[in-house]
Amino acid sequence: MAELRYPLGQHNRADIRSQTGKSADELTVADIRNGTITADDAAVDPDTLRRQAEFAEQGGNPQLADNLRRGAELALFSDDDVLRFYDALRPGRSSVAELQGIAAELEAGGAERCAALVHEAIAHYSRRGLIS
Amino acid sequence: MEPAEGTSRRSAFYETRTISRDVVVPEYPELGLIAFDSPNDPEPSVRVEGGRIVEIDGRGEAEFDLIDAFLAAHGINPAVAEEAMALDDLSFARMLCGHDVPRTEILRLVEGMTPAKVARILSLLSPLELMQAMAKMRARRTPSIQAHVTNRIDHPLLIAADAASAVALGFRELETTVPVLRDAPLVALALLIGSQVPAPGALTQCSVEEKTELELGLRGLTTYAETVSVYGTEQVFLDGDDTPWSKALLASSYASRGLKMRFTSGSGAEVLMGGAEGKSMLYLEARCVAITRAAGSQGTQNGGIDGINVTGSVPNGMREILAENVMATLYGLESCTGNDTQMSASDIRRTAHTLPLLLAGSDFLFSGFGSIPSYDNTFGASNFNAEDIDDYLMVQRDWGFEGVLRSQGDETLLPLRRRAAEACRAVLDELELMTFDDAELERVVTAHGSLDVSEHQTDETARAGDAIIEREITAVDVVRALSIRGFELEAERVLEMTRQRLFGDHLQTSAIFAEDMSVLSALTDPNDYAGPGTGYRPAPSRLDEMARVRQERSHVELLAEQAPHAGCVVLTETGPASVRPRPDEVVVGISPAFGVDVWLTLSGLTVGEALRQILAGIEEEGVAARVVRVTHSLDLGMIGWTAANLSGSGVALGIQGKGTALIHRADLPTLANLELLSMAPLIDASRYRLMGRNAARNARGEKPSPVLLPESGEPMGPRYHAKVVALINRESQCLRPGDPQEIEVTWPS
Repeated sequence: MAELRYPLGQHNRADIRSQTGKSADELTVADIRNGTITADDAAVDPDTLRRQAEFAEQGGNPQLADNLRRGAELALFSDDDVLRFYDALRPGRSSVAELQGIAAELEAGGAERCAALVHEAIAHYSRRGLIS
Repeated sequence: MEPAEGTSRRSAFYETRTISRDVVVPEYPELGLIAFDSPNDPEPSVRVEGGRIVEIDGRGEAEFDLIDAFLAAHGINPAVAEEAMALDDLSFARMLCGHDVPRTEILRLVEGMTPAKVARILSLLSPLELMQAMAKMRARRTPSIQAHVTNRIDHPLLIAADAASAVALGFRELETTVPVLRDAPLVALALLIGSQVPAPGALTQCSVEEKTELELGLRGLTTYAETVSVYGTEQVFLDGDDTPWSKALLASSYASRGLKMRFTSGSGAEVLMGGAEGKSMLYLEARCVAITRAAGSQGTQNGGIDGINVTGSVPNGMREILAENVMATLYGLESCTGNDTQMSASDIRRTAHTLPLLLAGSDFLFSGFGSIPSYDNTFGASNFNAEDIDDYLMVQRDWGFEGVLRSQGDETLLPLRRRAAEACRAVLDELELMTFDDAELERVVTAHGSLDVSEHQTDETARAGDAIIEREITAVDVVRALSIRGFELEAERVLEMTRQRLFGDHLQTSAIFAEDMSVLSALTDPNDYAGPGTGYRPAPSRLDEMARVRQERSHVELLAEQAPHAGCVVLTETGPASVRPRPDEVVVGISPAFGVDVWLTLSGLTVGEALRQILAGIEEEGVAARVVRVTHSLDLGMIGWTAANLSGSGVALGIQGKGTALIHRADLPTLANLELLSMAPLIDASRYRLMGRNAARNARGEKPSPVLLPESGEPMGPRYHAKVVALINRESQCLRPGDPQEIEVTWPS
């Protein structure tokens, strides 16, 4: 693998692949027209987001890096799941048990950082009397 | 009408001024109506135990609200906290404005500070010091700017055409919103298409309820998100239907799809939602900005958003707004600096709000410059709108700051608007969402706003919006439709925005795409301002672009109106002018270029007509007139005085080609006069005639009432001075030494 340098689109255009293994330049208008490329072929790969997290860390922003790593975890979940996870964490949407279910689901999908965030939320929502 | 007892006409006049529509209030800390330093703000404090933050601003961890708890877990850096909190506030404030301590060191220390500490430090800075801090601390070196692109009827073709106009003007982020939520997918799609027509790479956004906004992003119909609101008190945060944890997961959701995102906050919001807890605006905003950083958002939109009118109602409100913007930069965040909601009915006041930030520079100078007419702004009027673009460009030209916009004429804009509207129409037709006829397309192309186009049938846009959701239409479908209908360039550009998600380069702090698709971010283009000669400076080519505004006229253009009137009077020199003994004459002294190279006065009269009126006025009084040309001076006093010394009565009338005229007498000092009409643009034919009569009456030894100019409050300088300079230049080119010349006047038949 070539050395990955920021910005990736400039230095590593051919090296970066989507989740389905396509490079940016393999996403062509012609292939979209003939149906061999779909929206799924344009999904960012989790490893790319982890590499961006390293760039963010080197740039002095560990919180942005954390966010990109959580994003890397969520990248493999469907749109519907992602929308559902977010909604579940909003006020008054879920019980403790339901949030624990979400955390378990995240853990099962390898999203440990996101699961930790949900566990943290459970603890503080409970302490502040927002959920039972 | 007589003024009421005990009042003046002046105070009645003040009531008519726009500033009198602005209502302001005294400070009222209990309601949070206080910009800085509320008596209820906590004392800054932090306690670290075993590498954990266990106290923030006087509150122990058992009492932490959700915001404190999130900051303790993710925000405040325990390794730096004690060092940072021990710093003297004033010493740190000085570091922000000076150049001894680099930006990166300040960012390191702020990581260890609590909100109360940061708010207290920023309260110490004067407006000028806040500007200095902004210039030093913003993340990206090159400023950028965001537009609002909306209309009151959610007309998709108009959205596309206005998006194209906005990008042509230089906007790099376009934000839209809708009065009808169901229209959102359609409007987002139209914005995406229009945004890529003039140049690639502008980012687009549709500001709606959080979950819908995310959904539009997941489908690729938007390329960034901004309306991710955070608040400074727990209650208001919850009333906003989120918690710091849900917002953090939302931020990660955007990242997971390669979408740029920033949070938004801003003083006044907590007051409006009745939950400020008696705290100062800047302290609550410090909690918002700290949460924004802690949740991993790369940036924030703050300072002058929806709460601007609340902040604007209290003393020092605008200094607080600028302090909020600086605060975002202290946390290393992309600063998308408000100037969004209109903050005053007064043009002076709203300009004064925005100018300091423009001079200081920012990642985004506006988080929503209304690129459309204010009536079409469905966010509500912006502080600057389409109506103000020329004013903005002129101010940018005056100061040479990087305001990011450029002047564009119809010759550029109309083809782009047509292309955008046609591309959008083709996609909507191809996807069987909506159809528009040619007449409507034409109306869209030339429209100023939605009042110039047809209102489509109720529900049509909403049904198209529903269909986009139900049929799961994505950016890829837009690319296909564009290509099928022959819009290959736009198809390629929309696809490139989709491809960029694979890289995620625009997820880094302050990232935008330049028009060549290079990424400008805090990593590729870090702000390196450290005093004169450093940091971002507009390149000479850019300064040249800034100088080209619609109102600019070259000398050639300014003088073009002269030539068609050449020969309106024939002035023939017959030899050196002599002094005549007859006491019943007035000499009319004309300037070197009068009727030679200058033919039209500033009031629009020809020099021939002005001279005819003057001579007629003299004649009406039964006095003789003759004309001499003064060639050695273009100074009106000297022209009049020289003519007076040739006049048998000792009285003369002097006139320059631009039309300025005076009456002089030989015994007066050169620079004195009997009467002067200095405002040439206001001198009409009747006044020249009266000047002639008055000169004649002076010659007879009478003392006539002076000719008065009409009442006018219009400033003459800005409108006429460029022309004056051009005409004076012509006069000076006709200067030659020697005595005045006798002139024979003839009128072409």
